Order: sequence, then C-alpha cells, then structure tokens
Amino acid sequence: MSNKMHIKLTVNGEAHEFLAEPRELLIHTLRERLDITGPHIGCETTHCGACTVTMNGKSVKSCTVFVAQANGADLTTIEGIGDPDNLHALQTSFKEHHGLQCGFCTPGMITRAAKFLEENPNPTEEDVRFGMAGNLCRCTGYQNIVKAILATADELNAAKEAAE
Amino acid sequence: MIPAAFEYYRPTDMDGVLAILAEHGDDARVLAGGHSLIPMMKLRMAEVPHLIDLQDVGGLKGITVEGGTIRLGAMTTQTEIIGSDTLTAAAPILREASLQIADPQVRYMGTIGGNVANGDPGNDMPGLMQCLDATFHLIGPDGTRYVAARDFYEAAYMTDREDDEVLTAVSFDQPVGGYAYEKQKRKIGDYATAAAAVQIVKEGGKCTSASIAMTNLSDTPIYSQEAGAALVGTVVDDAAMDAAVAAMLGDIDPTEDNRGPIEFKRHVASLILRRAIARAWSRA
Ligand SMILES: Cc1cc2nc3c(=O)[nH]c(=O)nc-3n(C[C@H](O)[C@H](O)[C@H](O)COP(=O)(O)OP(=O)(O)OC[C@H]3O[C@@H](n4cnc5c(N)ncnc54)[C@H](O)[C@@H]3O)c2cc1C
Ligand code: FES
Ligand code: FES
Repeated sequence: MSNKMHIKLTVNGEAHEFLAEPRELLIHTLRERLDITGPHIGCETTHCGACTVTMNGKSVKSCTVFVAQANGADLTTIEGIGDPDNLHALQTSFKEHHGLQCGFCTPGMITRAAKFLEENPNPTEEDVRFGMAGNLCRCTGYQNIVKAILATADELNAAKEAAE
Repeated sequence: MIPAAFEYYRPTDMDGVLAILAEHGDDARVLAGGHSLIPMMKLRMAEVPHLIDLQDVGGLKGITVEGGTIRLGAMTTQTEIIGSDTLTAAAPILREASLQIADPQVRYMGTIGGNVANGDPGNDMPGLMQCLDATFHLIGPDGTRYVAARDFYEAAYMTDREDDEVLTAVSFDQPVGGYAYEKQKRKIGDYATAAAAVQIVKEGGKCTSASIAMTNLSDTPIYSQEAGAALVGTVVDDAAMDAAVAAMLGDIDPTEDNRGPIEFKRHVASLILRRAIARAWSRA
C-alpha cells in the first residue's frame, strides 16, 4: 500500500518527473511539489473553481483529480497563460475592467475564461455567465468579470481581423 | 481532504479491468470521471484500496445512432453529450438534461456511465434513462447482461450491478414526440431539489403515450407509470395535468434535508412536473 508511482507531467510546456503516491491531489502536486502556486485552493470540495487548470484541453478542478489520473497529461496553469512582462489579453482586460478585487479567484477565472473563449470566440453575456458558472468570486459580484471577458472577446476578434 | 491510500491501476482493456475486480472483490472499484467518487474518497466516506482507472480502456467512448437505436459508451462525458449534433438531433432531451448538470469543469470529466452506475438519488441521468426506458449493458466474468434502467435501482447507492461487473454502455430506442427535462435547484451546479423527465407523443391532438420519471424525490429515481397513463387519451389540459401530478405524488417519497422539508419538496415536484409536461406537450 501507499506505493509511490513514477509520474510524468508537462506543465506550461515544461516536463516534470517524480515519484508520488497516487492519491496525491493534482492541486497539491502543482502548489507544493512543483511550486506552481497560481492555481489556488478555495474550497477543496469541487465547488469554487479557484484550482482550475487546463488538462489535455479541458478545464478541470485540480482538487478533484488524482496525480495518478493526470500521469502523462499536458497541463496549463495561469503561469502558462501570461506573465507580468507579457500579460494575456484577459489579464489586461480584468485589470482595466476591475474584474478582480482580492484576486483570489482570478487565476482560476482567467484559466477557465481562456479555454472558454477558445471554444466560443463570440459569446453573448449569457454564454459567458453559463460558461463561467464553475468559478465563484466572493468580491466582484461577477459583473466586471463578465465585462472583462466580453471585452477580451471583442479585442481578440478585432486583432484576428486586423491580421487577416 | 486527503483520501486513504490506494493501489492505482490503469488497464488498457476490459479483460484487465475484470481480472483486477475478480482478484480484489469489493476492495476494488472503477474510476470514470471521478467527480462523484473522488469527493467521497476525500471525505473518507468511500475507501477504495484498489482503484481501477477506466480512462485508457478501449471501446468505452462514443455515441452511435443506428437503426433507431441510440448507444452511448459508458465513458462518454457530459460535455461530449452536449456537443454531439447527431445525438441532439436524435434525442434532444439528453442535451437539455446535461446542460443542467453541475458546471462546465465537472461536465468535462463526468461520464454517463459514472452518473448512472453511482446510484446517488441526486444524479440526473438515472431518471432520464428510466423515462427513455434505456437498457444498461453490464460486463462481468460470465459475459454481458442487459438490465432495464427501470429495474436497476434498489436503494441509495445500491443497484443491480454486482461488484465484479462494469457498465460498458447505455442504449435506448430513439424517442419520438415532445420532450422536456425540468429541474429545480438552489443554484447552478447544485443537485436537484426536484427534477422531471418527460417524453410525450401527440396524435390527432391527443396524447397517445407519455413517459415520466422524477429525480431526487426518493432514494431511487422514480418512473411513474401512472403519471404517464393519466395523460394518455387526453388533450393534456389542466385536469389531465392535475391527474398526472397526483399520480406522481403517490409514487415519490422525499425526505427532509438541506433542500427543504417534505411538503416543500412535494410542492416543488408538482410545479416542476407541470412545467415539464407543458413544455413537452408544446413540442410534441
Ligand atoms: C460540484 C458538483 C456538482 C454536481 N452536480 C451534479 C448534478 O447536478 N447532477 C448530476 O447528475 N451529477 C452531478 N454531479 C456528479 C457528476 O455528474 C459526476 O461526475 C457523475 O455523477 C459521476 O460520473 P463520473 O464519471 O465522475 O463517475 P465516478 O465518480 O468516477 O464514479 C462514480 C461511481 O460509479 C462507479 N462507476 C463509474 N463508472 C462505472 C462503470 N463504467 N461501470 C461500473 N461502475 C462505474 C464508480 O466506481 C463510482 O462508484 C456533480 C458533481 C460535482 C463535483
Ligand atoms: S479548490 Fe478546487 S474547486 Fe475549490
Ligand atoms: S476577486 Fe476576491 S474572490 Fe474574486
């Protein structure tokens, strides 16, 4: 029992290999083992979405994935979406539209929003609210988060048109 | 929130899964999307010494519509159900119900097989499968057997599935007529306070058949044959709906919990069923 397993993960393009107990939760692997502390722990019960990462192209709550399940997976966290010198359009937009207050939910929000906009580049307000329903925010009342995501969609579409 | 330790397996075929189940009996369990089982393991309400991940097992995914029969592989996710145009054309109630389950992150992971095998009265798919008169495909050491969704549920978390069996697929006849999946919940992402699945066939202005099943109003899903029968032969007017609701109320047995007292649940069940019948009829 409690045999350690050999785990391989790619996180934000970087390969990692280590031994871990299969029961380790992916959020703990990221934060405590790999020092990738962008994804947060809000509830640890699959409700808040603060721990959201992209795993093999899906938005998942990393508090509800065993590291063993993620073995071999390709992961993206907020650290792989933008950095202080090179902010993603969503990050700039959250800043401009006051899409955050305390900021605790923001890494999960933006990681989810990036995937959502990839799947639906022309969302309505209702689409945004429905597509972001797995992420809770205790500060903003959501209005400015929705605004920021809609503004990002417009901006990315305008940039795409300009490029064509 | 650390679960008890376990041995992890990721076999690539069903023989591998069945061998581990045979060896470890009820100490072993399969893991599909994990979004019911992992929360239970984290709370230590479930302990699984041998955990068999189905993610690499071939042949468990996919949606087919052929010769009037719809088949969903057990590992088909809720997101895949929502995204399938073929399925939505053939049985739109699947998409309507799936959109009301949990939230986007959970739907990427949660599978139809896990949802129906779990046996939680709060799960939405079991009631829907009873409404559609679906068949569950179970494979075990002695081969495959088929069980009607309407016979599968015994009590909360107790089903007809044996410990050494795996659900491989669900199948049902392509439904005809109008449909509705109506669900009352406290907030998005919540399990139902009450939910109703309805399919209705209309011919010459009258209802010729109706199927009704309710969710989270007993320790199993409730297929209410009498509620459906109350609509047959009528023009689905107020009196017919009253009769269907009364029949349904005779079949459910809700308990008080944090979603409300019994009388409230019966009230919500009545409203939800009325709405579902009206919407299904308007689409028939
Ligand atoms: C926050 C949250 C909200 C949710 N809200 C809803 C909701 O509103 N409605 C709803 O219906 N569900 C809801 N769910 C549950 C979710 O849909 C689950 O994903 C689903 O019930 C189980 O599917 P799974 O693939 O994750 O199964 P798992 O969690 O992997 O498995 C569940 C159980 O079924 C067994 N099992 C799984 N697959 C098979 C198989 N092929 N053969 C035999 N046994 C199998 C497992 O051993 C386990 O006992 C919610 C979950 C969360 C975390
Ligand atoms: S910490 Fe994972 S959903 Fe809240
Ligand atoms: S900004 Fe504080 S929780 Fe969202």
